[in-house]
Amino acid sequence: MSKLVTKPNIPEADDFYAELLAMHNGHSKEESDAINARLILLLSNHIGDREILTEAMQAAKGNS
Amino acid sequence: MTKIFETPLYPYERNADQDQTSPVRHPVVVIGAGPVGLAAAIDLAQQDMPVVVLDDNDRVSFGSRAICFAKRPLEILDRLGCGEPMVEKGVVWDTGKVFFGDRQIYEFNLLPEEGHKNPAFINLQQYHLEAFLVDRIRQLQAEGKPLDLRGKNKVDAIGQHDDHVTLEIDTPDGPYNLEAEWLIACDGANSPTRRMLGLDFVGQVFEDNFLIADTVMAADFPTERWFWFDPPFNRGQSALLHKQPDNVWRIDFQIGWDIDRDKELEEDNIKRRLHAMLGEDARFELEWTSIYTFQCRRMESFRHGRVLFAGDAAHQVSPFGARGANSGFQDTDNLVWKLKLVLEGKAPDSLLDTYNSERVAGAEENILNSTRSTEFITPKSETSRIFRDAVLDLAEHYDFARPMVNSGRLSVPCIYSDSTLNGPDTSELPADLCPGTPAVDAPIRDGWLLDRLGDRFQLLAIGVNADTDLESNGISIETLLLSPDESPEFSSRYLGKADQAVYLIRPDQHISARWTDYDRAAVLNALQTATGNKEV
Repeated sequence: MSKLVTKPNIPEADDFYAELLAMHNGHSKEESDAINARLILLLSNHIGDREILTEAMQAAKGNS
Repeated sequence: MTKIFETPLYPYERNADQDQTSPVRHPVVVIGAGPVGLAAAIDLAQQDMPVVVLDDNDRVSFGSRAICFAKRPLEILDRLGCGEPMVEKGVVWDTGKVFFGDRQIYEFNLLPEEGHKNPAFINLQQYHLEAFLVDRIRQLQAEGKPLDLRGKNKVDAIGQHDDHVTLEIDTPDGPYNLEAEWLIACDGANSPTRRMLGLDFVGQVFEDNFLIADTVMAADFPTERWFWFDPPFNRGQSALLHKQPDNVWRIDFQIGWDIDRDKELEEDNIKRRLHAMLGEDARFELEWTSIYTFQCRRMESFRHGRVLFAGDAAHQVSPFGARGANSGFQDTDNLVWKLKLVLEGKAPDSLLDTYNSERVAGAEENILNSTRSTEFITPKSETSRIFRDAVLDLAEHYDFARPMVNSGRLSVPCIYSDSTLNGPDTSELPADLCPGTPAVDAPIRDGWLLDRLGDRFQLLAIGVNADTDLESNGISIETLLLSPDESPEFSSRYLGKADQAVYLIRPDQHISARWTDYDRAAVLNALQTATGNKEV
């Protein structure tokens, strides 16, 4: 049974996407990689549910 | 001044076996007089089981080597009658600091739980530990216990037979042969026994080198464990500073894979590294330096017929977490009582297969933990390093990332939760003490609980009456009647919300079964299960 929310769940999706990209403005590839890694860790801890995290990792790898 | 590790502690002496025309057969021979072999010998001898220890050397280990000993091994050493002088000599520590680049990102306290005789950890040079073990052997010998420690006795060949093992031994007086009903191989990571028997030792090799510099200095660093990721004095690598007794400091530099070993070990080079770390004005002397690499691997099976492998001979881990020597003591702790019952004919020799299954489970846990620590300390890909650095950056500001920082997951007691030797459990008692767990220490009215446990099967009857004549297959159980009010720690650890409890404890202090009521038949049944005397 899937616990990962895959239906639209973020209001104002365009605004979110723009903010996500803006976070990387002016940063080198190396800095952006570090920012992305920190973001993943922060969000993972916020979610905190190992099943959801595993499902998300699988989905990110392209295993649906 | 001659250092302790340069003095022969058990010099070669000719023994009577060398003058016999046919080989003398001993019940148990131990190969290797390192910490694990010495512990095995003490355990056997103090229970009146004759044992011969053979070592190709005649002195304690060269250099400090293993330096960090955890509570469970200290409890085992206490049962062996030599834990107290070690704790007295050792450095007790419970604070660790973690640095990333040029800044401290956090510090932690091990927060040792109150109500235990032994501390969470001590730091003590391996040569001191071995010297205390040899002291204990001399004490047992003076009491007339059957223990023979033979220095400069090098085993050159081993023959395996159905009911014994043959040994060809070389000495300064020439060769002689021995037979052993059982052989315990504690001859280290490069075990000649393993090689002579042509046995496997597979696992993962890590492409990295570590430079140890044991440094004598009158520094005023606090008694803490300091670990650096990517420090200015060792860019891209890690470093560790840890205090040992006698003003000796363990300093450990990660130095990478492609190195010129001889050049790295030059005194000027090591001093240059130490000055970069400690400051140009630092004054110190080098006690011992060494470069090591490591592997995480184990033997497929720790038992091969009449040969039993223990310690690094059976399994090898990275040093992060101090899981090497600490797990070796848990090996012989597990093995010796089983071997004693088998030798006395009170248990089938299949009981020794549970030495393999219980300790393989322990080794797997140690290999998993130390492999993960190694991945964090030495990320193996660019992505791994990016996440590692992200964890360290976040750990400086956010609590949540700190449990992910891994500079070694320190040795914890093994729990044999899936062992076939375990008997009944009940959910009415605290989950922390399920069967397979080592009994946890607690204050009792006249001392410490663990000082009363070990070397035989025992029944803790807490707040309930129990028989004192329990016996099966010639194995007797000693009943200890305890009050629910021995101490607050005791009642919270052993009773929780229950009013009364009954625990069956193995000779290695592990819990084998527990109930909230006393039932004679149930206890005897559990004893049969715990000694392999029951068909399963």
